[in-house]
This record gives sequence, structure tokens and C-alpha cells, in this order.
Amino acid sequence: MSATTLPVPSLPATRTKRRVLPGFNITLGFTIFYLSLIVLIPLSALVFKTFTLTWTEFCEAVTGARVMASYRLTFGASFLAALVNVVFGLLVAWVLVRYSFPGKKIIDALVDLPFALPTAVAGISLTALLAGNGWIGQFMEPLGIQLAFNRNGIVIALIFIGLPFVVRTVQPVLEEMEKELEEAASCLGATRWQTFSRVIFPSIAPALLTGFAMAFARAIGEYGSVIFIAGNMPMISEITPLIIISKLEQYDYAGATAVACVMLVISFMLLLLINGLQGWQRRRSGGSTS
Amino acid sequence: MNTALRSARKGTTEAAWVRYTLIGVAMLFMLLFLVLPLAAVFTEAMRKGLDAYLDALKDPDAWSAIRLTLLTAAVAVPLNLVFGVSAAWAIAKYEFWGKSFVTTLVDLPFSVSPVVAGLIYVLVFGAQGWFGPWLMAHDIKIVFAVPGIILATIFVTVPFIARELIPLMQAQGNDEEQAAIVLGATGWQTFWYVTLPNIKWGLIYGVILCNARAMGEFGAVSVVSGHIRGQTNTMPLHVEILYNEYQSVAAFAVASLLALLALVTLLIKQVVEWQHEREMKSLSDLSPEPTVHLKAAS
Repeated sequence: MSATTLPVPSLPATRTKRRVLPGFNITLGFTIFYLSLIVLIPLSALVFKTFTLTWTEFCEAVTGARVMASYRLTFGASFLAALVNVVFGLLVAWVLVRYSFPGKKIIDALVDLPFALPTAVAGISLTALLAGNGWIGQFMEPLGIQLAFNRNGIVIALIFIGLPFVVRTVQPVLEEMEKELEEAASCLGATRWQTFSRVIFPSIAPALLTGFAMAFARAIGEYGSVIFIAGNMPMISEITPLIIISKLEQYDYAGATAVACVMLVISFMLLLLINGLQGWQRRRSGGSTS
Repeated sequence: MNTALRSARKGTTEAAWVRYTLIGVAMLFMLLFLVLPLAAVFTEAMRKGLDAYLDALKDPDAWSAIRLTLLTAAVAVPLNLVFGVSAAWAIAKYEFWGKSFVTTLVDLPFSVSPVVAGLIYVLVFGAQGWFGPWLMAHDIKIVFAVPGIILATIFVTVPFIARELIPLMQAQGNDEEQAAIVLGATGWQTFWYVTLPNIKWGLIYGVILCNARAMGEFGAVSVVSGHIRGQTNTMPLHVEILYNEYQSVAAFAVASLLALLALVTLLIKQVVEWQHEREMKSLSDLSPEPTVHLKAAS
């Protein structure tokens, strides 16, 4: 198992001696310079701007009725979409790894489409499909199911955006699973379903959870694909990123910054959670092979 | 195949009807969620025929949007390429204090909402921002102008190449580079002749994904662009404007170019993966390891 970052406390002189490869100072220096310029300084501007607000101003900005409704919607829709992605992402990954069928390679390549297709294009295209006169919408409308311009549309757009995350985290784990474990389970008299739920599922659970967290994190911040299909009605179908935009358009920089700060903290916590999950997954897979 | 083996195989796969049902449901899901949206872009663009499609693309505003998108990618991708290689070298080849912090910082733009990414540049360079008054006094426009669009695009695409290279370079270790250095190669020669051939597929992969995102970014760019037609509109923003003006065919015509870009990206990615697999295969054929012989003998 590869050791993760273990800072070895040692004297600077011995440390430079150990480094055979040149270029440490220049590459790390440039990396930190670039990250500071592009990521760290602009993000700290957000934090500093938030600190210029008083506590009551901040609370008012981030807990207004419209903002609270947008949190509920954003988190609820993202959670639902990530859940759907876990189920169908696992199914797609399973089918791609375990079975062979015509067109498999094309389907495999197509999984990454949401990564490659600009979000605005996905947004208008899903809207065209699901609107009352669209290919799918025309069949749903007579049934009384409206898929576009409401919360359903938001969830569908977020499912589209999040699918590759689950498939691409579960797929390699399924590929590397040892068949011997399943053979042993079957020899010991387990049914196929028991083998799946007791042997296969536990070993892909960390990857599924990681995929879920990644799809969820992406969905929370998503803007481009959602705004076309959401209808954007205040209190009903207005996502949090749109709240930031509309506050900006009203020149309410302080309010926009406060809400953005809340979102930044949430995405930072999700990033740490995902890193932790990936570490867990690596340890699990490292433990099973050794 | 003896009976014992056959029964073992039976235990590790599903009954035929289960297999076909699972494949069927997965295909239906892929059709509804991925194939139909893609097909809809092109059919909507062609709804009024080829002439209307071509007219929409000949529009001068569409052209200026295409030019701005190409310019943005032409600046953002090379900068992030240099950063990605440099960050991957520092993070993958050395141990240093604060390494996990730097790695997290590289990942951060992935999890920040695009809207927040745009907003932070408004806060730094906007009229009420840190450098706003100074920039105004010197008549330099960054936000609501082209530089802001490029900066926001760089922000959202920072992790792509670095993320691709770090695990690759970590897996390959330092042995080959150290051997090159000991044999008298300079650092640059070592990188160019030893490291680069090892990471080239990952590098190409990172670059095409970075490029796709740079050309397609919407949220972040939407915040920092002033939405001035013919000046600060990238292709995705132009799509939005046309769509909101109910010029559906024109919107989908520009969108179809972006969808083509996505398809080309997926195609290049696939070719890169095949090339990589082929190289790995020929490498494993070259080095006769004892395990290979054992497998062949049994």
C-alpha cells in the first residue's frame, strides 16, 4: 500500500540532500504562486467581504424566506438526483463490466457525455425534450405529468449532470473485484442474490458512497443546465446559485456574497468528505488484495 | 471445461433473463438521459432546414461568440497545462509539509459552484471590489470584459490536467527519473525524455477535458460577462441569449457546434484510451515475467 502524505520532520539540509530529482523549488513555487493568484486570493476576497457584514446583516441575508426555500430545493433535488444516480449508475456500471452486448463500447464512451457537453446545451436540450411539445413531454402532458419548468425538471437535469460520477467511481472497483470471492460464495451454497448483497455490495459500497457524494456536490453548485428547465419561480423552483445571480443583478453584492459564502463552506465540507471517503475506499481495496 | 468449472461459472453470473432485463433497463436509462438530449440538439437545430441552420451560424454575433470562445480556450488551456505539469511534478515526486493542503487547493475549483467562481472575480476586480477603484482610475476593464471571462474560465478548469497527472505520476514512482539523473541527464532532459513519454496519454486526456470545459463553461462566465452582444458573449452565453429571445433554431444551431465539440472530445478520449491500452499490452508482451510463463503453461 502506498503511504499517503507523511510529513517527515527533518532538518532542511538533510531534506534537500535526499531529493535526487531537480525542480522541486521551481515547480512547487510556481504551483503555489498560480494557486494563490487564481484560487486563494479571489476566494479570500469572498471571505473578507463577508466579514464586512455585521452578524445580523449576514443572518438576514442567508436566512431570508426565499433563500431558505432555495436551500431546501437545492439540497432536496440534489439528494434525490444523487440517489437516482446511485441506483442507475450502479446498474450501468454493472452492465458495462459484467455483460457483453452490441454497442457496449459506444455506451461506455457516452457515459462521459455530461462531462463533455456544455451545461447550457444540456439545459436547453432537456427543456426541448420535456416541454409540452417535446419528444417526451408530449406523452407525459396528457397523463397530467409536467416534467419541465418545475421541480421535476430540476431533478432530471441534476440526474443528467451527476451520472458519470457514480458510473466512473464504481466501474474500476467492479473491474478489479476478484472472481474467486464470488466463486467461493457460490461453492458455499449462496444464491446469486446473497452473493451480490453479502459479498459484492459491501466491497463496492465505499465507491458508491464516493460517487453519491461527488454527484451530490456537483448538483448543489449546478447552474447552467438547471436554469433553463427550472421555471425559476421564487419560493418554488429557484435554486441557490440563481439567488446569488439575482442578488447580484439587484446590486446587492453583500447579500450575494453572504449566500455564496454559505455555499462555499458547504462545498468545502463536501470536498473534505469526498477526500475522506476516497481514502477509506483505497484502504478497503488495499486491505482486500493484500 | 469440466463440470466443476462450469458450475462455478454458473455461480458467478446471473440467469439469462436477469442479464437481459438489466441490460435492457440500463440501455433504456442511457437512451432517455443521454442519447435523446444529444439527438434533440441536432434535430432542433435542423427544424427549419439546412439553410436556416447555416444562416444562424453565419450571423456576425455568432461568429464573434465563436472567436471569443476560441480565444478563451487558447489562453486558459495552455496556462493550466503548464500549471498542471508543474503541480503534478511537485506533488507526485516529492514529500513536503502541507502537501495535502496544496492538493485540496488544486481540487477546490471542482467543488465550488460556477456562480461562486464568477462572483469572487467580481469581488476582486469589480467596481466595488478590492482593485476596482484602481482599475477604474487606470481605465482597465477586467470584469464584464474579456479578461474576466478568461480568468473565470481558468479558475473552473484549474484541476483538470493536474488531477489527471498526479495519480499517474505517483503510480510510476521516481525510479526512472532518478536513474536518468544518475546517468547525467539534466532535469529538463529527464522530464522531456523520461517523464513525458510515460504521462503523455494522461496529459492529452487532461488537455481535451480541460478544453471542453473551457469552451463550454456557462455559470462562472455568465457572472463576469457583461452580456454585451458581439463583445463579451461566449458561445454558451450566446446560446442562452438566443434561447431567451425565442430564436430556438439559432440557439440550437450554436448549441450543435458545442455538442459536436463534446462528441469530438469523447472520440479523442476513446482513441487515447485505446492507444494507452495497446501500449500497455505491447509492454507486457515485451517483458517475459515468470508469472506470464506460468499462466501460459497451465
